[in-house]
Amino acid sequence: MGPARAKVAERTFRRDRWWLSPLGIGLILLFFVVYSTIRYFMNDHYWAAEEHYLTPFYSPCISASCVPGSSHFGTPLPEIPAFIPIAIVTLIGVGGFRATCYYYRKAYYRSFFLSPTACAVPEPRGSYKGETRFPLIVQNSHRYFFYVAALFALINLYDAILALHGVNGGVGVGLGTVIIWGNLAMLAAYTLSCHACRHVVGGRLRNFGKHPVRYRFWTLVSKLNTRHGQFAMISLFTVIFTDFYIMAVAADWFSDPRIVN
Amino acid sequence: MGYDLSMRVWRGDVDSGELAPYTVPVEEGEVVLDAVHRLQATQAPDLAVRWNCKAGKCGSCSAEVNGRPRLMCMTRLTDYDPDETITVTPMRTFPVVKDLVCDVSYNYEKARELPAFAPGPPDPDGKRRMMQADVERGQEFRKCIECFLCQNTCHVIRDHEENKPAFAGPRFFLRYAELDMHPLDTNDRRQLAQEAAGLGMCNITKCCTEVCPENIKITDNAIIPMKERVVDRRYDPLVWLGSKIFRRDERTEV
Ligand code: SF4
Ligand code: SF4
Ligand code: FES
Ligand code: FES
Repeated sequence: MGPARAKVAERTFRRDRWWLSPLGIGLILLFFVVYSTIRYFMNDHYWAAEEHYLTPFYSPCISASCVPGSSHFGTPLPEIPAFIPIAIVTLIGVGGFRATCYYYRKAYYRSFFLSPTACAVPEPRGSYKGETRFPLIVQNSHRYFFYVAALFALINLYDAILALHGVNGGVGVGLGTVIIWGNLAMLAAYTLSCHACRHVVGGRLRNFGKHPVRYRFWTLVSKLNTRHGQFAMISLFTVIFTDFYIMAVAADWFSDPRIVN
Repeated sequence: MGYDLSMRVWRGDVDSGELAPYTVPVEEGEVVLDAVHRLQATQAPDLAVRWNCKAGKCGSCSAEVNGRPRLMCMTRLTDYDPDETITVTPMRTFPVVKDLVCDVSYNYEKARELPAFAPGPPDPDGKRRMMQADVERGQEFRKCIECFLCQNTCHVIRDHEENKPAFAGPRFFLRYAELDMHPLDTNDRRQLAQEAAGLGMCNITKCCTEVCPENIKITDNAIIPMKERVVDRRYDPLVWLGSKIFRRDERTEV
């Protein structure tokens, strides 16, 4: 502390429960990390063949080790030993997207780095340089992860269309189909509301007057962007739930109630 | 209905200080600044406090109430339980002058380091023109009343005095962003924002946004867009190449 600051012994005078929200969010993130780690290393129960459900965790399945029927885009990757996730590309793409997301950065800097846990509550660290150095300077790559995530979102759309297959051929809708489409909507909202997306569609411009169309896009994304944090959290839960549901159906723990065929 | 408010107010100067307990009669509808004024008028005539407008518009009465950076004139006593003791302390991040008054000159130094708006030559009729959409874009940032609560709250300097020389703070990131989005400006301050102003030290934890009495979305609308602009200039090879080949940006780097 600077010598000229007011000498106040107490670290904070905040008496509200400032630790509650970072604790809650921290536990949610921890749960997500543990769940996804288990799921990615499971290398099983990701494709419900009869219902045509592929979990977003393993989409696209592009390794020669993928179970028959689950590879909708060929298998450019060779067979992968069992201790490596076959969905490693998805793991890196989607995981990197969430890890470098401005909202999640805020969340884990507060909950795990304690920098700061809550506003006007001192952080425990002696020195601090933020995102100026390696490794955190890598956060600046977020927009590339956004491009990748946008591609994955399109692939998820393709999967969701496949999930409209009936179990006896033709068109069909099961509870899983509804869940998959719900999740797709949330993933789309999360991806479109991304700050990098907002920048790319029009935010980077210095002259809106000259670019009326991109200005319209920017206005639209800006509206979604104010809810980016909410979409980030909701889509976290929908994606886990969707994966869990498909795992349960694929592993025959549960049979998918069919609404139509 | 009035009641007796129990308060603790930090009294002291650069050398020493302590929380002094007081009991102040207050009336319904009053704010913390009213209580401080009554305290000054009736019990502690030498209490130093800075204020001007009592309307949340001059940015003078910044302090910390129960540990939260606030404008005293906009902090209603009804937000607290009548039995609760309210603690009022000066802003922690800046040097104290006396009692609740801080020396905020750090902020004026940072303002001076920021190269001013530099418009290009006017149109042939002597006027400068920009579209309404571009005018509106910067309006939010101009609501700033320079209360410096965001600067005070930002952990980069609040918890690390040694970062002050290298960090301009959220209030000035607003200004960097506003100028970088201005269609008529000819200065490119993106390198400066990252290097001299320390934009990279901000970890977008949003405390500045949380305390801003003008509800400016500092992090979402200024800092993050500015970080993305810095990426365009420094970290994104494709955009950098594009701007070199197509000569998209004719501004002068400052
Ligand atoms: S968002 Fe950045 S500038 Fe604002 S308080 Fe947090 S670290 Fe400081
Ligand atoms: S941006 Fe908000 S908190 Fe910061 S100085 Fe301006 S009005 Fe105060
Ligand atoms: S995904 Fe959150 S900011 Fe890009
Ligand atoms: S006295 Fe002007 S903002 Fe409080």
